[in-house]
Amino acid sequence: MRQSEEDREKLGAPPAHESYLTDGTTVMSWLNTRDHKRVGVMFLVAVVFFLFLGGVFALAIRMKLLYPGPFLFDALTYNRLFTLHGVTMIFLFMIPAIPSAFGNFVLPLMIGARDVAFPRLNLASFYVYLAGAVLAVWAMVHGGADTGWTFYTPYSTTTPTMLFPLLLGVFIIGFSSIMTGINFIVTVHTLRAPGIGWMRVPLFVWGIYATSVIQVLATPVLGLTVLLVALERVLGFGIFDPARGGDPVLFQHFFWFYSHPAVYIMVLPAMGVISECVATFSRKNPFGYKAIAFSSLGIAFVGFFTWGHHLFVAGQSVFDNGVFGVLSMFVGIFTAVKVFNWVGTMYRGAISFKTPFAYICGFLFFLVFGGMTGVALATVALDVHWHDTYFVVAHFHFIMVGAVIMGFLAALHYWFPKMFGRTYHEGWGLVAASLIILGFNATFIPQFLLGNNGMPRRYYQYPEHFQALNVASTAGATLLGFGFIIIFIYLVIALRWGPRCEQNPWRSKGFEWLTPSPPPTHNFDKIPHITQDPHDYRTHAPSGVYTDV
Amino acid sequence: MNETLRRFLFLPDQASTFASQVDHLHYFVILTTFVMSTAVGLTAILFFILYRRRSETQTTPHIEPAPLLEAAFVIVPLSFFLLWWVIGYRTSIELATPPADAMDVYVQGKKWMWKFAYPGGPNAVNVLRVPSGRPVRLLMTSRDVIHSFYVPEFRVKQDVIPGRYSQIWFNATAPGRYQILCAEYCGAGHSIMRGEVIVLKAEEYEDWVSAQHRGLATKQDGPPTALDFAPPLGNLVDQGRRLAQEQGCVKCHSVDGSQHIGPTWLDLYGRREKLSDGRIITVDEGYITESMMDPFAKIVDGFKPVMPSFANKLAGPEVAAIVEYIKSLQSDAVRTGPSEGPAYAPVRGR
Amino acid sequence: MSEAAALPPGEHLVHGTDPHLAHHFSSLERQVDASRLGMWLFLSTEVLLFAGLFTGYAVYRYSFPVAFAASARTSEIWAGTLNTIVLITSSLTVALAIHFVRAGRQRAAVACLAITLFFALAFLGIKAIEYTAHFHEHQLPGRYYRFEGVRLPGAEMYWALYFLMTGLHGLHVVIGMTVLAVIAWRTAHGYYSAHYYVGIELAGLYWHLVDLIWIFLYPLLYLI
Repeated sequence: MRQSEEDREKLGAPPAHESYLTDGTTVMSWLNTRDHKRVGVMFLVAVVFFLFLGGVFALAIRMKLLYPGPFLFDALTYNRLFTLHGVTMIFLFMIPAIPSAFGNFVLPLMIGARDVAFPRLNLASFYVYLAGAVLAVWAMVHGGADTGWTFYTPYSTTTPTMLFPLLLGVFIIGFSSIMTGINFIVTVHTLRAPGIGWMRVPLFVWGIYATSVIQVLATPVLGLTVLLVALERVLGFGIFDPARGGDPVLFQHFFWFYSHPAVYIMVLPAMGVISECVATFSRKNPFGYKAIAFSSLGIAFVGFFTWGHHLFVAGQSVFDNGVFGVLSMFVGIFTAVKVFNWVGTMYRGAISFKTPFAYICGFLFFLVFGGMTGVALATVALDVHWHDTYFVVAHFHFIMVGAVIMGFLAALHYWFPKMFGRTYHEGWGLVAASLIILGFNATFIPQFLLGNNGMPRRYYQYPEHFQALNVASTAGATLLGFGFIIIFIYLVIALRWGPRCEQNPWRSKGFEWLTPSPPPTHNFDKIPHITQDPHDYRTHAPSGVYTDV
Repeated sequence: MNETLRRFLFLPDQASTFASQVDHLHYFVILTTFVMSTAVGLTAILFFILYRRRSETQTTPHIEPAPLLEAAFVIVPLSFFLLWWVIGYRTSIELATPPADAMDVYVQGKKWMWKFAYPGGPNAVNVLRVPSGRPVRLLMTSRDVIHSFYVPEFRVKQDVIPGRYSQIWFNATAPGRYQILCAEYCGAGHSIMRGEVIVLKAEEYEDWVSAQHRGLATKQDGPPTALDFAPPLGNLVDQGRRLAQEQGCVKCHSVDGSQHIGPTWLDLYGRREKLSDGRIITVDEGYITESMMDPFAKIVDGFKPVMPSFANKLAGPEVAAIVEYIKSLQSDAVRTGPSEGPAYAPVRGR
Repeated sequence: MSEAAALPPGEHLVHGTDPHLAHHFSSLERQVDASRLGMWLFLSTEVLLFAGLFTGYAVYRYSFPVAFAASARTSEIWAGTLNTIVLITSSLTVALAIHFVRAGRQRAAVACLAITLFFALAFLGIKAIEYTAHFHEHQLPGRYYRFEGVRLPGAEMYWALYFLMTGLHGLHVVIGMTVLAVIAWRTAHGYYSAHYYVGIELAGLYWHLVDLIWIFLYPLLYLI
């Protein structure tokens, strides 16, 4: 402790206050922590690593796709790369990213709690995640699987590639997801500070709560499904083997029963982040708080009944196609309501265009475009042409990258001062945000057109007439990659040398800003008694030190 | 207008009867999407300009939406979405319901090729010939893993699943060549599992079918042309046909059933032949090969022993090619007489 | 299941005397509520896990009704029925254990937990006998199926599902036994009292779920 204080004085920065960062500086104090903030930071480091790993796979794929014929590596390697890109991005990054990194850090602060309900379970969820991740990486290093992240049978039950450890890794990570979900639900139910009734709970918390409900209910089905595939590979159980009377399409039903709600696990927390950032940077109360809160629950609930829209051409009956199609329309409505309310929040606000706001703008455009193309896919007849083409790839990347990763970056930039007590260079923040938004458009809009034109996905070689759009997409991906690298650089610099910030640098009235930045281990000296809604800016502007609620 | 939008959106040609209908729904949905996302983006920019923060101490009014406004937020998009669903669902019913007079073709997907079989007619690999202006129904299955039969220009796609039949139909409007792409990942050869639909004018199609029935040797298909991938691993039947010409086999063996110096090759494979020494054998690969190497070992009854040996003239693969060619010479399995019912062989031991 | 043991130093001085109360909960009652809610949520995940298998059973039973009925008929109904009685009784003994702890009768509670464990072991023993019989008759899943008595398409699917469902259930019985053993040890060493018995309650909830799943498995695999 003395040592670091001297360092700080040498750099000329003001002395830091005691915080969760300085409360124990040994490696063991981090590895054995019960503090939700430290668990959150550990998750953040892990998910950022996997984001970059997934990104490397993506760039390799895009490089190959510069040429229609064989180039750089063979088809088997390519097939492994897109499988690993999907598995890494979805299971190792997207599902845990916002909930386990930012949810863990911010959620207890937002409800005036000292920790999550089950701190040891929280730490366990990190280690379980790490164990599953290590197993998955081990499988990758030893050749990895070539089935696509969707593991469709009978290909996945008969391919000779190294599937078992990858499936086991996914299975184990599922447990981590369930633990996090249980922890957050119980936390929100039982640890809210006095004055925080359900209709005063911050919108990010609503988002995480809805996410947790999905995590708890859907993940077991994924666990069972990968277990069945693993058993069929290893023991020949034949649940999905037509030669034994099995039905390969049953796998698809099981798989998508989890994986469709899984996309809402990914997007709901990002929506929660956007709700917080829109309110803070517009300096305005959320327009339609109840609508936004209940639409999160609506998405979680209705999202469980739409999985069949992945099976429109898989041999599902026409009637089922219709039912799943119309239910998918309803899920789209909840998102539309949110978008209108977010834009409504800006109305008559006092908007400050900082880096998180740049990500909000990107998020809004991409969510509307991506979401509506999703609704378009749900009109059955159009999906017949688009299914398994680059149109679908573009649609889900618009949501996964355009909405979720924008949300993740917004969260990272918004809560960076809260988590580390320092600010980053705003100029570089805006430069990187622009690169990312431009690069993203350049990468994925050509893919919509590729899909329209008829290019199927997971194609190592492709007919020559698709080349121009593929080259455009790769150029965009390179730009996107640069954007991420720039973010990484200036944030790491800020971590070590960034100017220290005051308690409430964004002048927000979100409840998490009631604590010092960074907070002490116990969060609050005294549990606050809350008398106002979060983001209530009508009386007077908040100051750098925000204590009055 | 249709053409402009089609090109702008990079949609392929509309080569089936329902392609235009599908595309019109596409235009409606996509243009609304463009308009809405632009509107949201512009509104955000407009609000940013109008309501930018003017001072550090600025406060803002507390605004709650009118319930009517929230209702509008729900009802307006919902109306559009449901309208799209209604149109899309009705179109999808049409896409899934072949007309009663559709012509059937059996399709089998396997890693990594498409096999087509016409009822009572020829078989083909990777090339599907159909008449234009006539509905065609494909009854499909897979030999191994899930594949998906996709023809972008027709706007049709359906997964082919092992252990199950799936169906798809289309009515190709104009003659031409259209690519078949596999649209469900199936392993290393997924991206080269391509075929071609050749849509012929009705008369040309009839010509082709009757030519096929007369015997494949006389009017063999050319290999697919509009494809730009590596061709499948050699066509043994073609090689065999060429060799049979070059080596002079067809001087003595006819391919159309007519009597000549040696036994005819039409329907030879699998035939039960009586030999000059009274034995009855079934013609298989072994017998054919032996006949080429040692023609006097087994002579078919009624023919003179005049065949030369090809033991030193043909390499192993060439022999195999000729065998394949002979196997391909099958006449149509159409019974002309009345059906006699199954014949029961006596059960051994009783 | 509770955060009782890990108190940061000095914190209990802030809260008062209760050593079970964790620093982040305002009262023991709230903490116990939180534990219960957490357990119920976890049980819902288990229900969904088995729901997938039940769905698979339903789908394949619909496809192969004759094979499934014929195969189910070959299982030993005495074993299934006995196992059902054993498990239901063990749920009773676990509930009794909670009752005894609340009444302050620690030794009776430990005895009940021990009996529960014994019944669980009996369940596993009967299951082991059944499995051995199935192995001998070659009533095995998928490609290992060789039973001559039922040679219908879909029979191998029945046995795949049988072993999956009873196997997964058996695994949960073993997990439950481990949990109960730990709880029994703790009860014997005075960790729980009339004032604080949430650990036994949660273990009991888990055990009831294990029992409940069997109650659904029994008719599907033995009676119909």
